[in-house]
Amino acid sequence: MSTIPYVPSPAQRAREEYRRRQTVLSVLIAAASTAAVGTLLAFAVTGAPGWDRVRQSFLDPQIARDALPRVLAGLWLNVRLLVCCAVAALLLGLLIAILRTLRGPVFFPIRALATSYTYTFRGLPLIIVIYVLALGTPGLRLQGMPSVLVLGGAALVLTYSGYLAEVFRAGIESVHPSQLAAARSLGLTYRQTMRHVVLPQAVRRVAPPLLNDIVAMQKDVGLVALAGPIDAVRAAQIATAQTFNFTPYIVAGVLFVLLAIPLIAITDQVTLRAARRQSGG
Amino acid sequence: MDVLRCQGLRKVFGDQVVLDGLDLTVAEHQVVALIGASGSGKSTLLRCVNLLEELHDGTIELDGEEISAPGVDPDKVRRRIGMVFQSYNLFPHLSVLDNITLAPRRVHGRSRREAETRARELLDRVGLGAKADAYPDRLSGGQQQRVAIVRALANSPRLLLLDEVTSALDPELVGEVLTMIRDLKADGMTMVLATHEMGFARDVADQVCFLDAGRVVESGPPQQVLADPTHPRTRQFLARIIEAGRL
Repeated sequence: MSTIPYVPSPAQRAREEYRRRQTVLSVLIAAASTAAVGTLLAFAVTGAPGWDRVRQSFLDPQIARDALPRVLAGLWLNVRLLVCCAVAALLLGLLIAILRTLRGPVFFPIRALATSYTYTFRGLPLIIVIYVLALGTPGLRLQGMPSVLVLGGAALVLTYSGYLAEVFRAGIESVHPSQLAAARSLGLTYRQTMRHVVLPQAVRRVAPPLLNDIVAMQKDVGLVALAGPIDAVRAAQIATAQTFNFTPYIVAGVLFVLLAIPLIAITDQVTLRAARRQSGG
Repeated sequence: MDVLRCQGLRKVFGDQVVLDGLDLTVAEHQVVALIGASGSGKSTLLRCVNLLEELHDGTIELDGEEISAPGVDPDKVRRRIGMVFQSYNLFPHLSVLDNITLAPRRVHGRSRREAETRARELLDRVGLGAKADAYPDRLSGGQQQRVAIVRALANSPRLLLLDEVTSALDPELVGEVLTMIRDLKADGMTMVLATHEMGFARDVADQVCFLDAGRVVESGPPQQVLADPTHPRTRQFLARIIEAGRL
């Protein structure tokens, strides 16, 4: 059997030609409008009457160079603290979410405790938790009291695990009851069903919102500085106090954004993959 | 010998009575087909037998042992009963092989190798050996349902409950699942199946039970119940089925 090779019809060729023209046109329009908006913004900012003063006190290159090593050293503390706190908060959040799903009268106090935990720490401002834990508890003068840094980190973990627990719980509840019925019909116990059927599906489903909370946590890690440790923001504050110039804050801000970019990119990637899976890809 | 004996089963949802003093007996190697309109209690009956639903009255015996008695561990009972659902309910995060070996490994304490060998054997027998490492979303509905049946069989159940296992399938995929159930009957598996496939019920069932308003109003050999029903409700139901061209 001989097959006739496919030749696009005149209608299809006309359509393709039209689409090509449209694409070129869109790119040109986008470029022109970006240039126009950019020029306008640059004029509006640099043309402002106080622009020179602002540039001196916020964008001094010499002061930025001088402050960079100290701010970077502070940022290294942020990174270490973030990694430790994120891991601890995820684990604690998962544990609390699981405790909230326990069934049976024996577990009533545990359920109630876990529930009130999420209510309390989602309501309590992080700053207050940090003050109470990092500045208050050392006043007890107990033996072996950990350092202020560890206490501040603990405050972060306590607060964030309250949020993360609710995200995990939403994931657990999103697993369809028919999955539980199937698992139980095979003779799996409730615990085995959670461990092998519900949790793996739940965690995959809520990975994007979990990562989003970790991105938010990255900024709040800096609040530990309120209790004393020198992180990037605190280092910038010290440098500012020495030079009477705000440039170090800008340096710290830029570094924070740079630090967040990879984490945000991973979050977007995971979200995209989850969306593709949902639509049956 | 009777594998399953249900007496006076009652189940209510709110003020709606779904099972209303239902009796059912299934002998070993027997296949019982439950027919009846939607809402007549077929699925609820199967879920009650598997202890997935709380019973509001009556007793259920499995191999002469009352499994509805207080204090009976439902997890231990369910190991002896296989169940297959209308919507397959495979675990989407596990491969076909892991779906099948989950219960043998976790519930029956088999080693991974032992469980996988048996799973592959069962898959080969139903022509799905090549799909062992695939994930459920890569399979057709008919293939998924056959995997779900294999998953239930991997527990070597005394009794298999099939809840409208072909209702969610495209017509051309129904055949492969029904063939598999026919083969199971030939192997001597004791089964209770809720179905809308009257032709299949006639072919494979030893006994057909017509359910209406939570009771078995008529039961007997398929030739009698389907061809020459005595109860007016059965006649009415079958007349409608024939009208719809499904018998």
